[in-house]
Amino acid sequence: MRVIEPWVAEPLQRFLSESSARLVLLTTASGQVVAQHGFTRALDVMSASALGAAIMASTEELGRLTASGASRALSHQGPSRGLFLSAFDLPQGRWIGLVVYDRDSSLGLVRLFFDRLVQELLAVAPKETPAREVLAADFENELNASLRSLFGR
Amino acid sequence: MRADIVGSLEAVTRVRGVRGAMVVSAEEGLVVAESSMEGIDGAAVAALMAGVVARLGRATEAAGRTAPAFVHLQAEGGALLAVPAPRDLLVVAVTDAEVNVGLVRLELRQAAEQLA
Repeated sequence: MRVIEPWVAEPLQRFLSESSARLVLLTTASGQVVAQHGFTRALDVMSASALGAAIMASTEELGRLTASGASRALSHQGPSRGLFLSAFDLPQGRWIGLVVYDRDSSLGLVRLFFDRLVQELLAVAPKETPAREVLAADFENELNASLRSLFGR
Repeated sequence: MRADIVGSLEAVTRVRGVRGAMVVSAEEGLVVAESSMEGIDGAAVAALMAGVVARLGRATEAAGRTAPAFVHLQAEGGALLAVPAPRDLLVVAVTDAEVNVGLVRLELRQAAEQLA
């Protein structure tokens, strides 16, 4: 498990041990990675975070268009693995959780413990930090720093 | 169909000492239908019980035995009982400590048969 925000580590570790999830990715709504577990390649993390953010944005817009309400979670059951994707709000803004599980877990267990993870993150999250301007010059440095933190190199 | 499921669960909850009953999707651990579950987190019971039954099934399979036909988890304040049903479902009952387990098992099995 690798985290960018240290206060995420303990709740996420508890979620991992309780849910038996294989892969976990926590990102901001724009796809910036906050924590990951189980991914071995930076490219996979960046692709999964971008796709997760895009899916959540699409389903929210679809919910708005069809007046069915914004979708906060969705799941997909594959032949051997399932995928759970959910958005949640913290003082830092909206985050997205992507969880992949196999036969050692189930959608019910992942949902149950993901709800608890969100509650624990809400309890330990620092107060909202003032938004700062994102400069193009900082972007690459921050991206590289995040990847070093997430993959230990 | 759903009314039939709830009707069969009500037969289970009529047994003295049964606090609630539910039909759970065994693979996903989600609630399909429930009856008289006041004060009980049905989603949590469904997810955790399905996980327990799945692991017990794998344990008995590894031991060369068939999957459990009845699961009885006895706790200090009560019990959790489960019977596998057709279509990858489970019928689960949450009971007090003082309950006629044999009678609940009978009703659970009848409820499971009605799900065929």
